[in-house]
Amino acid sequence: MIAPPPAKGDAGSAVYVAPAWKMTWWRFRRHKLALVCLWVVGFITLIALMPEFFATQDPFATSARRAYIPPQTLQLTHEGRLTWPFVYGVEGQRDPRTLRMEWVADQETRYPLQLFVRGFPYRLFGLIPTDRHLLGFADTPPGATPNLLGTDRLGRDQWSRLMYGTRISLSIGLVAVAISTVLGILLGGISGYYGGLTDNLIQRLIELLQALPPIPIWLALSAALPRTWPVTWVYFAITVILALLGWTRLAREVRGRFLSLREEDFVVAARLVGASQGRIIFSHMVPSFTSHIIAAVTLAIPLMILNETFLSFLGLGLRPPAISWGVLLQEAQNLQSVVNAPWLLIPGLFVIVTVLTLNILGDGLRDAADPYSS
Amino acid sequence: MAPETTPLPAARPIARSADATGVDESRAPLLEVRNLRKHFPIKGGFLQRTVGLVKAVDDVSFKVFDGEILSLVGESGCGKTTTARCVIRAIDPTSGEVLFRRADGDVVDVAKLRDKQLRPIWRDMQMIFQDPFGSLNPRKNLLDIIGEPMFVQGVRSRQKRMDRVAELLNLVGLRPEYMHRYPHAFSGGQRQRIVIARALTLEPRLVIADEAVSALDVSVQAQILNLLLDLQRRLELSYLFVAHDLSIVKHISHRVAVMYVGKVVELARTDALFTRPKHPYTSALLAAVPVPDPDQRAALQGLPGEVANPAAPPPGCYFHPRCPFAVEVCKHEPPPLREVEPDHFVACHRAEELTLDGIGELESALRPRPDVPGATPEAPPPAPPDVPTPPSREVPS
Amino acid sequence: MQQTPTVPEARAFAVRSRTDLGEPILSVRGLKTHFVMDEGTVRAVDGVSFDVHPGEVVGIVGESGCGKSVALKSVLRLIQKPGRIVAGEIMYRRPGRNGARPELELDLATLPPLGRRIRQIRGGDIALIPQEPMASFSPLHTIGDQIVEAIRLHDPMSVADARKLAIAKLREVGMPSPEQRFRAYSWQLSGGLRQRAIIAMALSCNPAILVADEPTTAIDVTTQAQVLQLLRVLQQEHGSAIVFITHDLGVIAQLADHVVVMYLGRVMEQGPVRSIFHTPRHPYTRALLQSVPSVHSEARVQLPTIAGGIPHPLYRPPGCPFHPRCPDAMPGTCDVRVPAMVDDGSGQPVACFLHHDVAEADDGA
Repeated sequence: MIAPPPAKGDAGSAVYVAPAWKMTWWRFRRHKLALVCLWVVGFITLIALMPEFFATQDPFATSARRAYIPPQTLQLTHEGRLTWPFVYGVEGQRDPRTLRMEWVADQETRYPLQLFVRGFPYRLFGLIPTDRHLLGFADTPPGATPNLLGTDRLGRDQWSRLMYGTRISLSIGLVAVAISTVLGILLGGISGYYGGLTDNLIQRLIELLQALPPIPIWLALSAALPRTWPVTWVYFAITVILALLGWTRLAREVRGRFLSLREEDFVVAARLVGASQGRIIFSHMVPSFTSHIIAAVTLAIPLMILNETFLSFLGLGLRPPAISWGVLLQEAQNLQSVVNAPWLLIPGLFVIVTVLTLNILGDGLRDAADPYSS
Repeated sequence: MAPETTPLPAARPIARSADATGVDESRAPLLEVRNLRKHFPIKGGFLQRTVGLVKAVDDVSFKVFDGEILSLVGESGCGKTTTARCVIRAIDPTSGEVLFRRADGDVVDVAKLRDKQLRPIWRDMQMIFQDPFGSLNPRKNLLDIIGEPMFVQGVRSRQKRMDRVAELLNLVGLRPEYMHRYPHAFSGGQRQRIVIARALTLEPRLVIADEAVSALDVSVQAQILNLLLDLQRRLELSYLFVAHDLSIVKHISHRVAVMYVGKVVELARTDALFTRPKHPYTSALLAAVPVPDPDQRAALQGLPGEVANPAAPPPGCYFHPRCPFAVEVCKHEPPPLREVEPDHFVACHRAEELTLDGIGELESALRPRPDVPGATPEAPPPAPPDVPTPPSREVPS
Repeated sequence: MQQTPTVPEARAFAVRSRTDLGEPILSVRGLKTHFVMDEGTVRAVDGVSFDVHPGEVVGIVGESGCGKSVALKSVLRLIQKPGRIVAGEIMYRRPGRNGARPELELDLATLPPLGRRIRQIRGGDIALIPQEPMASFSPLHTIGDQIVEAIRLHDPMSVADARKLAIAKLREVGMPSPEQRFRAYSWQLSGGLRQRAIIAMALSCNPAILVADEPTTAIDVTTQAQVLQLLRVLQQEHGSAIVFITHDLGVIAQLADHVVVMYLGRVMEQGPVRSIFHTPRHPYTRALLQSVPSVHSEARVQLPTIAGGIPHPLYRPPGCPFHPRCPDAMPGTCDVRVPAMVDDGSGQPVACFLHHDVAEADDGA
């Protein structure tokens, strides 16, 4: 039996009176990589919340004459000297033999980067009308706004499309996980708390769902969606499909927690003072595993994002004109476009970064979830 | 529904009977357990059918009087913890009666009560757990933990709860300022004090202590034992004390029940049981305790064989395969628990004819001992001949 | 009327005196094992010295956090990161045949912890009886196979010979029908038999020192008695030294010849078992002995206790580690300087300023 550290001024007392979430945060903070990932995930979430603000152009605007422009990367030096970031303009020349457009950087025209510029009008959070954007370029001739990540087949600005795609992809992940979390906690909780026949039935259902091969099921369900449905309906349908198949793992996790907590002495003690069932569940048991659930959920989001990307990539999920990472990657589906316009693969990089950071964040949360084990 | 929140009396005079134990046995018992059984089914096969029964508690009866400490002692798996948990209805017994005399004198059978009816019983009966780390919710502070019994019994005023928690913390030897701290701020011994405070919140009359000091360090164990004894005297509590450590049982209890494979094999006053045991198992347990005195080194006797499997106990007396005194009748007939001397119950066919060693005999058999090292009957192994002088103990500084 | 049948080996087990035992085979000097963590350094073992003589039973006693387990693991070089032996020596002298001069003298603290030398010594010269017998055998192999493997690891011999030896060892530790148990899996044995199998494995290479980590904590009292009795008998027959740790003073009194009392990573006092129990010199030893209820002591009286609790390992008190709980602490001395372990010739060295005035040279290092 080891005594805790003696009070060392306020620092010691702060530990003594620290509630669980604070202990979890202190523990999480020690995981430096996860802390970095928390910032990255925060930033990605910010993009998903207001992609219009981060976009430089209207992502739906096509321009046949400006197809397949390679990325106009930000330059930091000009003639060997450090300057304010800018991009070079591009000039299109048609190859006389292949008749293809070849885009070359025009070292003469420079467009300096500007912050908080006016651009196309939009409604922030769908409410506030504004036309401010984070990034923009000075002195651009109309119709020739630089494309930070190049353009696609229809001359749409890939940077702006990527920002919009973040909203859809991330929110599908979040909403699908939210639905499956509710299902998982509800069914897992019932299964774990009551046990017996209910438990048996729910467990068999979970086993059945887990035995179904997911890919053909998704394909079949998505293919069953009427082609005539509007984009938003398809969006919700995909979310629900993903959620209905994704709750089983979480349900098992919750059930396991309930089973082990039910035997814990402090839960028995609460029962022996006459606490009601509701009080035992919501005041003692649920707070004991919320942090575990948060960690499990964080680890489930990247899976959902990948699933959506995968379905959309195959053309079975979201379809244009909706923009998601999977839809963007659909553009890079054939070898020709990969060879001629490799920048179309950039959305894939975005998917990798998001999935990785969410996974690391989830790992960090899982390690911090039980701050009382040393 | 609100419990009494009046200050605890400092030291009420103990109602003493003529008997030296300080227990008044002339009144009706506070708790009477009759023929308690708890069987756990063994599930097997694809359909999870019941294929057997573990008789964890198998026909156990005993009484606890007001102000008495009764210990249940035995080795792991003997059913002592299950018995205690059945008494307080942390688990539901399979059959039997748990008769509890309430403060108004009414006797209720706790074993038959439904969940809703148990709530008032739990004001009179509380539990202290073994593991001081698992029995406190780490996510609640002391005010919430110790005040919870009041809250669920209907005391909504936070101030009332704070006053009572402060009072209880004082009572168990912790500073009232600690009430906003969380359990992780406390050591094992301090946590056990918190557990005790929670058990006392509603002023129970019977406290069930399940291995309450087993997980604690030696120096802390003594503190908690002192506290338990002190509280028992001051608040006139009764304890059902579950333990496996015979020294602690001897120290704390008025009466002791020894359990073996789900049955009480001997029940008697502590002194009688320790000095004149009547059951061979009790005697074997006593002989196995390592005496903390290097001058009393005897051959430690274990027991041959293994503890009977409670799912398939042997016929007759469960102890007969290991018993050095077993005769034919022991193999066929289960011995009933019977009173062979006043207040001395034994479940052994040969209780009257056997004279068994208790601690007293053990002590006298071992003394006197020569005090000179090396003069003991068994000489130490000879030292290697070519090392004439022992090396001096050099100690670095 | 029938009397208690006397147990055949009901002989007294005398305390061995050090004067008969020759040069120590293991000398630990100034051992310090620290754990460097984010929150700070835990000085789990902080200057521990003791000797083990051939054929002697040394009991290390202390409460949780006293570093007894870490000290034992350090001797076996089983400390894992973030732990590290930062100072001290662990001198092992392998006894020569027939009491000749030691054929090997080696400071175990200098060996690479994963090297071949230490692996030969561990299991061969110094064998461990772990606390948890269930976890010490693989459930996938029979105990016989595992003992054979242990034998052949240290002594190249044919499988058939190793098998014979293993069965002989199982018989020696009192395993009923050893040929059959040889083919048993650990989970088929009861706790007591498993403990016997572990002891047989530890004995299989005829170690000079048996090291036992709380050998009786996980088992019931009747089984504990059998295991203690077995250790005593084996010790008398083999003459190997035993070093064991426990928190149970009864086990110490029944088994040990020499006792080392530890508190917060330091040795408070050591000496022959009788002196420690009858004339304890350190206030901690005294308090520890008094605070244990015994079946012989008076019932339902207040036990003398040690005030307070064991400090957090990260917040060791300055000076003598025991001074905040010590009834005899001298302000200005005990809370400032660390008492050194000094033997005034009584054979019972004590680290306490009540008995001498020698402080540790490298205070707070």
